[in-house]
Amino acid sequence: MRGESRLKKVLQQGSFAVTAECGPPKGAEPEAIRKKGKILKGFVDSVNVTDNQTGVVRLSSLAACMLLLQDGLDPILQMTTRDRNRIALQSDILGASALGIRNILGLSGDHQSFGNQPQAKGVFDIDSMQLIQVVRQMRDAGVILGGEQLTEPPDLFIGAVENPFADPLSYRVLRLEKKVVAGAEFIQTQSIYNLARFREWMGQVVDRGIHERVHILGGITPLKSARMAEYMRDRVAGMDIPDEIITRMKSVPGAKQREHGMAIAVEAMQALKEIKGVYGVHIMAIEWEEAVPQLVEEAGLSPRPDV
Amino acid sequence: MITAERKPLAEIKELIAPYRKILIVGCGSCVAECAAGGEKEVGLLASALRMDARRAGRDLEIKELTLDRQCVYEFIDQLTEFIDQYEAVLSLGCGAGVQAVAEVFPKAIVLPALNTTFVGETKEAGLWIERCRGCGDCKLGFFAAVCPITNCAKGLFNGPCGGSQEGRCEVDPDTPCAWQLIITRLEESGRLDCLEKIYPPADWSRQQGRGPRRIIREDQKL
Repeated sequence: MRGESRLKKVLQQGSFAVTAECGPPKGAEPEAIRKKGKILKGFVDSVNVTDNQTGVVRLSSLAACMLLLQDGLDPILQMTTRDRNRIALQSDILGASALGIRNILGLSGDHQSFGNQPQAKGVFDIDSMQLIQVVRQMRDAGVILGGEQLTEPPDLFIGAVENPFADPLSYRVLRLEKKVVAGAEFIQTQSIYNLARFREWMGQVVDRGIHERVHILGGITPLKSARMAEYMRDRVAGMDIPDEIITRMKSVPGAKQREHGMAIAVEAMQALKEIKGVYGVHIMAIEWEEAVPQLVEEAGLSPRPDV
Repeated sequence: MITAERKPLAEIKELIAPYRKILIVGCGSCVAECAAGGEKEVGLLASALRMDARRAGRDLEIKELTLDRQCVYEFIDQLTEFIDQYEAVLSLGCGAGVQAVAEVFPKAIVLPALNTTFVGETKEAGLWIERCRGCGDCKLGFFAAVCPITNCAKGLFNGPCGGSQEGRCEVDPDTPCAWQLIITRLEESGRLDCLEKIYPPADWSRQQGRGPRRIIREDQKL
């Protein structure tokens, strides 16, 4: 029997979903990704595997997804349009499906100038919106760009990202809607620290009825320290960390800050459970996968449901 | 206009090192407008090279000549009477000028003194900004006359990306976010509905199809 997307099943049965991000290593060792998978297994429904995140060369997302799949996890293949043209993208979409990967997340990707290959040519042959549309057409109509028929369509649950904290605010919800029209079935958001602004955004989402057409998973990144919070606020584009969070992180000595960061994340996860139109959380504990089981348990999201 | 910047003097010196008789050829069009390769810049470069040669105790004979256009045969022909008297041509034309001169005089050694950069606009004195990538399929009508290919670091047709903050691009905070500009202009002119449509993938074959692109106009032929 062909495998199915666990994420899709969890969302379709109305359970509050939990996904987590997992970054592949800067080397060819399969153990690194397997170790992360082992930590996450049982505590999350599906695992996002980043695609050369921040433009840094790492083990490929497709290969890492396969390693996780072999260990019984439900991987989400992140695919950026930064490094591959439409030929390579469509080819990898078919390859992922053939390997049994059942989820894909299309995004434009961090600009190459941020990574360790700043002299690379940014491909951007198509953009994330177009990529999502391509996957949807491949799956539902069985055609590639240009209309040629596939011998067998890929079987993938399709996701996209959205940043409720980026500008222009007035256009952010319209852009989300466009991604849904393009074919996105689930959305993972940028890390949420500014709950007030996230609520405002979700309010607009619900007003337009978009929550009935797509499953939104709120992004969570536990803070390790006050320094990390300040760095993210000042240096990571599209990140909105209110002063209140920074002050809270600074209110305890360094050694205690991790605990505080975890508590802030748990509170946000609990708040998200109560927001209309939010169907789950997406935990991005950067190089800190060990934090995920604790977060899931403390937020009352463990055990994960049977599907 | 096509913009260019002069290469560093050290790189130019290395390029011309084997030669004692140099013909420096400027261009009076685009690269003169952007103060990189006009008559004035030819003069400045020639003086710098002469001074450097003198200091190093090296012979260097230079002739300066600036053509109205270095990419049109009728003007390049002005070099015919001098070309054999010099060991190398140092061109202050854009990439098209350098190649055009070399094609007219295939035996001549033609060297570039400029780095050709982009098709752009003179924004203010001393500031030029890229405006066009020559994609061969102008889409400005859909994007409120802001080219997303040129102005968005990721060339997004359905932007903005998540890195747009306070109207700035995440890649370079000195650069305005192209999509913020597009949305603001469309909003101001009541055309925000333009953005409801998912803009389809571009036809890049019009930009980088099969080697050099050509424009053929029968009505212009003699």
